[in-house]
Order: sequence, then C-alpha cells, then structure tokens
Amino acid sequence: MLTYAFKRTLTALPVLWIAITVCFFVLRLAPGGPFDGERPMPAGIKANLDAHYNLDKPLIQQYAIYIGDVLQGDLGPSFTTEDFSVAEQISIGLPYTLILGGAAFVVSIVFGVLAGIIGALKRNSWSDHTLAALVLLGLVIPNFLMAPILQLLFGIELAWLPVGGWGDGSLRYLVLPVAVLSFPHIARISRLMRGAMIEVLASNFIRTARSKGLGSTPIVMRHALRPSLMPVMSYLGPAAGYLLTGSLVVEQIFGLPGIGRYFINAALNRDYGMVLGTVIFYMVIILILNLIVDLLYAWLDPRVRAQ
Amino acid sequence: MQILNFKKVLAGMTLGCMMTGSVFAATLNLHNGGDASSLDPQKVSGDWENRIVGDIFEGLTTEDAHAEPIPGQAESWEISDDGLTYTFKLRDGIQWSDGEPVTAEDFVYSFQRLMNPETAANYAYLQFAIKNSEKINSGEITDFNELGVKAIDDKTLEITLEQPTPYFLGALTHYTAYPLPKHVVEEKAGDWVRIDNIVTNGPYKPTEWVPGSHVLTTINDKYYDADKLAIDGVKFFTLEDQSAALKRYRAGEFDILTAFPTDQYEWMQENLPGQARAAPFAGLYYYAINNQKAPFDNADVRKALSMSIVREAIGPQVLGTGEIAAYSWVPPGMANYPEPATVAWKDLSQADKNAEAKKLLEGAGYNADNPLKLQLRYNTDENHKRVAVAIASMWKALGVEVELFNTEVKVHYAELQEGQLDVARAGWLADYNDADNFLNLLKGGIDYNYGRYQNDEFDKLLAEANANTDAKERAALLKKAEQIALDESAAIPIYYYLSRNVVSPKVKGFEDNAFDIHRTRWLSIEE
Repeated sequence: MLTYAFKRTLTALPVLWIAITVCFFVLRLAPGGPFDGERPMPAGIKANLDAHYNLDKPLIQQYAIYIGDVLQGDLGPSFTTEDFSVAEQISIGLPYTLILGGAAFVVSIVFGVLAGIIGALKRNSWSDHTLAALVLLGLVIPNFLMAPILQLLFGIELAWLPVGGWGDGSLRYLVLPVAVLSFPHIARISRLMRGAMIEVLASNFIRTARSKGLGSTPIVMRHALRPSLMPVMSYLGPAAGYLLTGSLVVEQIFGLPGIGRYFINAALNRDYGMVLGTVIFYMVIILILNLIVDLLYAWLDPRVRAQ
Repeated sequence: MQILNFKKVLAGMTLGCMMTGSVFAATLNLHNGGDASSLDPQKVSGDWENRIVGDIFEGLTTEDAHAEPIPGQAESWEISDDGLTYTFKLRDGIQWSDGEPVTAEDFVYSFQRLMNPETAANYAYLQFAIKNSEKINSGEITDFNELGVKAIDDKTLEITLEQPTPYFLGALTHYTAYPLPKHVVEEKAGDWVRIDNIVTNGPYKPTEWVPGSHVLTTINDKYYDADKLAIDGVKFFTLEDQSAALKRYRAGEFDILTAFPTDQYEWMQENLPGQARAAPFAGLYYYAINNQKAPFDNADVRKALSMSIVREAIGPQVLGTGEIAAYSWVPPGMANYPEPATVAWKDLSQADKNAEAKKLLEGAGYNADNPLKLQLRYNTDENHKRVAVAIASMWKALGVEVELFNTEVKVHYAELQEGQLDVARAGWLADYNDADNFLNLLKGGIDYNYGRYQNDEFDKLLAEANANTDAKERAALLKKAEQIALDESAAIPIYYYLSRNVVSPKVKGFEDNAFDIHRTRWLSIEE
C-alpha cells in the first residue's frame, strides 16, 4: 500500500510542474497587470513597482526565479497584499476554511446518507417524496441566493443567528454558512445513496439475509450500508476538494476570512504570485484527497484490495 | 474629610460612568469594503486602507470633520513669500505609541523613503510638488539628501517645493505624507508593519488584523488629543458584498456602511430614514473618446455624442441615487477654483441639443444610410452597464449604432492606457483638493489621458497656471484651459460622483463632505 501511495505521489510531480508552467505563462498572456486599475499610475512609479517584483526582467528569467523559489518551499510575495506573503495568507486563511469545510463535509455525509437510507427504505412514501423535493431545492437554488435568504430569515426576521462574520468562532456563527455550503452536497449524496441502497437491497445476498430472518435494521447496518457507500465515496473526493479549498461565494457573503476568495480574487487582481500559490495548493489537496479515496475504496471493496 | 469623601464618591461615579460607557461606546463596527493590503501608509492606495491608516497615523496637517486641512503633528507653519518654502513647527510632546518622541527627522526619513524607488510606493507622485522628489523617485538623483525636506532641529521641519502649490497643505493630510517611526522601521525593516511591531502616531493604534475579516484598533494613549476621543476603537470589517453588508447593518452588526447597493437606495429611504446618505463627492464619471481616431478626431462628432446624452436622466432614473449631471470637467466646490467652466450648450433644451447633434453628425457625413458606428466599452459592473445601456439608447435615437463591450476592470484600464477605444467609461476621484487634479487628465503625453486629447494651448495654460502664485490669476488660467477642453469636447463628462454611506442614528459627528473622509476622532456613539 505504501509503495502504491509513493508511486502515485511521484507520478503527480510532473503534472504539478506542467500545471505551474502553463499557469505561469497563460497568466502573463492575459491583458492587464497587477498594477492596472481605476487609478492609473505614472510610468516612473510603475517602473519602480515592476522592478520591486522582478516584473521588469525577461519572462523566462522570472519563471526561473519562481521555480527556484518554489523548489525551496517559497511561494513568493503577493502582489496585492503587501504585508503577507502568499504562504502566510494561505496559512492564515486555511484554519477557517478547514473548520468551515470540515463541518460542512461531516454534515453533508451524515444528513446525505441518512436521507438516502430513509428514501430507499420508505421508497415512494410521503417521506421519500418530501426528501426528493428538498433535494431538488438544494440542487436548484444556487448558494448566492440561498445565503441571503437564510440571512434574511434567521438573521434579521427571526434574529436567531448572526447575519455574518466569524465573531468568536462559536457555533452560532457557523450554522448559516455551513448550511449553505452543505445543502447541495446533502442533496447529491442522498440521491446517490438512495439509488445505491435500492440496488443493493434488491441484490441476492440481502435476499439471503432476509430469508434467514434478519431484521431490517441489522440488514441495513451490517450488510447493505457498506456496498451502498461505494458511489457516495467516489463523490466524496471532489466534494471534499471543493469544501476544503473554500467557497468564494459563502466567504464573500458571510464575510469569512477563509481562502476561497483567493482563488477568484487573485486571478481578477492579476496577483500572479497568489494565483500560482493557490494553484499549487489546490493541486496538492486534490492529490492527497484522491489518494485517500483510492485507499478508502480498497478498504470498502475487497475486490479492489485483491488486485 | 468631607471633601475627600466627596472626591471618592465622584471618582466612583466617574469610574461607574466609564464602565457603563465602555459597554456601550466600546467599538465602532465599520463596514470597510476591501481587504487592506498593508498598514504601511506608503504601500496602500485604496479608500478602505485610507480609513485605517488615517486613524492610526497623522501627518503635519490632518483632516477635520469636513475633511478640511487643520494642524496635525505640526502646530503652526510659515510660508515664504514666493510660496516655495514651508517651515513647520511640530507640537510639543508628540510621541509614537511606544513613547518615543516624534521628531522632524522622522518626517525627513519618511519622505525620503516615500521617494526611494526601491520602496515602490505607488502613490509617491502625490507629493511630487516637493523639490527633487520626482527626480529621486525616477532614479535620476540618487542622493536622498537632495530632497526638499530638511530637519532644522527636532521640532522644525522645512519643506521646499518645485513650484508654488496652493493645495500643498491639503496634500500633506494625505497618507503618503505621514511620518513613519524611523527607529522601528530601521530596526525591523519590512517587518516593522507587522501587528506586533507597528508603532503609530495617530489617535488610534492597530491591535489585531485577520486578513479577510477585520482590522481592530484601539486608542493610542500617547496621542496628544487622546483624552478627547469618544470612541474606544474601530473594527474595520472586510466585506465586499454590499447587499450582505446592508443585512448585517440591519441586524445591528455594523454601525456604518461605507457603501451600499444603489438599487436599495429607495428602499432604505423608506425603511431606514435619514440613515442612507448620498452626498456630493469630488469625482467625475465620464466617457473618454478617442481624439486620435477617425471619425472621433472630428470635434463635431464628439460634440454631437456629448450633446445627445440626457444627463438629467442618469442620476435620478438610471442609477436611482440622484447623481448630478456634469457639464463641466472640474466638479464644483474644488478649493481655489470658484466656478468651473461649462459647455456652451448646457442650457439648451434637450430637443434643441438633439437637433443640433443631428446637424453636426450630418455635417460630418453621417445619416440614416451611413450611420456612425462606435464601440462603447465599460468595465464589468452593474451600474456602468446601466449607464452604458441608457446612453447607447440615447445615441441610437440619433441614428448611431452602438456596440457595447465590457471587460473586467484590469483589462479595461490596461487597454485604455494603450489608447484602445472608441468611447470608454472612466472616472476620477480627486486625490487633492484642486482643479489641477482633474485638468491633468487631459494633458498631452500622459497615459491616463485615455482619449489622447492634445492641445498645446491647453497644456501651456496649465503650466502657466501652476507657475503662478496668485490664487485668482491661477484659477482664471485653469478655467481658460477647462473652457478650451470643453469647447473641443475633449471628453464627455456625465455626472459628478456621490459618496454613499449608511450611518446608524446612534453615531454622531459624521459630516458628509466632498472627500468622503470621516476620521473616527470626530465621531461618537450615543445610545
């Protein structure tokens, strides 16, 4: 297993390098630079800034400098946030994103799987239909609409929860953003789970268990749950990637200091260092998650293990 | 004995008051918009950063509640007869927040650092009035002691200018002119600005900074007027989403919003009466038009396009916040500039304007069979889009075919600076309180003269005006230049900006002003 993990990591390195290279040059092809804006600056001032960030050197030399820095573990300066380097910004924002994304991840799995099981067991009952309707809502209402609706309802009308901010980081500040983040994932997971569970419940080994007189709870818990989780599991990798790299919309609307906003803002700001830094960070996260999913697969499915 | 007791009671009462006071007045929660990029006044450029650094640092002069310059770290000054030499006397006993004295040498050090090309301060040019500053900044002069800023002694600072600059005392309120603590910057270098190291000389000092969330300040008890501050500190919240900010304001999480969505203005006037403020702001929203490219190199074509815009409809109807129609290039109310020039056709009825515009276009060879075609570009933004759509339809009525083209802001301005435009949206907010600030945008040979307007007479008048020490004569020369640019329709002024704030009724002392600068020093909170 370890050798497998090691090999996977090694093969990912060239991919990472290609991504950085492509990203580096494509970024520079985009018109507009980090210092263009509403307030144009005199040429002399811009020359000073370009020199400060090595932007006055030939592109290929800038690339060499950057790769050299990355190899030493330095993601370089941010072009728009003077006081914090790229690595610092990511490391400051990461804990917030991890808490938020982690909570949303757990909530998505628990509620998604539960809803899926209920839907499968009570197929075509009113509870199944209600859940299906909720799922549909979760899928069709985009988060930039869901967030303000929840803010208006729970923050202003009922005044139960804060409208936004991280506050002291207590649970009440987390409820709304986590709900918005997890709703679409609960929806998808519950559909996957329901479908898989129905299929598994119709399979021969469940029929055997039933004919042996086992009750419905032990059948679900002991026999049907694990195989039904397979499709959910393959969805969890990307879902975790999405949640752990933060959500721009949720962070913007709730004013949370996570790293999601860097992914979009850095590109819009032409903050070259930040864009590359986030690309590297994102790729490493995806890499790790894929590895974990592969290992989980092996754990869940004996056939994979046998290979 | 009795007196002593009385004193004790009084002390107890005051303490009690202070404690209840701190429960209520504690911290002002301010929605600040963007994320600060730095707390180093020489490294920032946004109005959201100005709000923070302007509370924690103070220059020789500073802003009063109306954003007019008043004595800051300097208690008085003398100006030489030729208007070139300013001698400042620093206040007695002024200190940095670590207790070190603020000296004239700190100012010398800061101005030298500002102009040092290696600092790469992107707003250094705002102090280019100072002798040799531009040459030092461009690397032409390498001896920083040539800069026109000298410490005569610890308490006396002498600044020499390139030419008389009537707005110089105002320019000194700007954050580029703040002193930096030489003893800390030299010791900690780039890290001096870290929250654990930073030392400031303004009414407040920063105590906490979570990027993407907030900057928190508290009273700097070394500040000379610290005992007059009514607010204990400010939490400057980062939040770009204006609708979300409004919701948090309604829930009582914010006391002041520094922007609001224009489409909510009507609702706020009804539901939050007196709290949403749209006030005249020293800024111009305009369309640049390519003076070098046919057919826009024909002044008649430019004039026709400018005349046919129904300006009175833009602010009240298209935007809904009531921006005032602009017929001048310099917004009204700039210092040392009594009355801006206006376009000659300002007072014609719109029907007459349209008829004249049609005639001008026909004269230039455009009619129904051969319509004028142009591309109108704007940077992606809901309001810019609305204005562009409205103006395109006004031009369409004239028979002009308009293609709307939008790009994100970086691309927009990068291409404008290269002169890639027919007609394009742009805007300018005054950096300092002087007409010259706006007229400069039309000067020949500079990047942000997007339309590449070129008129030697105009350039000459500007140069003459700025060499003139007589305020009245100078204003007359500037006005003459403005009139030339307007007569030639060098660009198309559309409206003067409004500042947009929402201020809770419990916040007192917030005065609307043309620069939208509201230092916390002048505010208080009453429950």
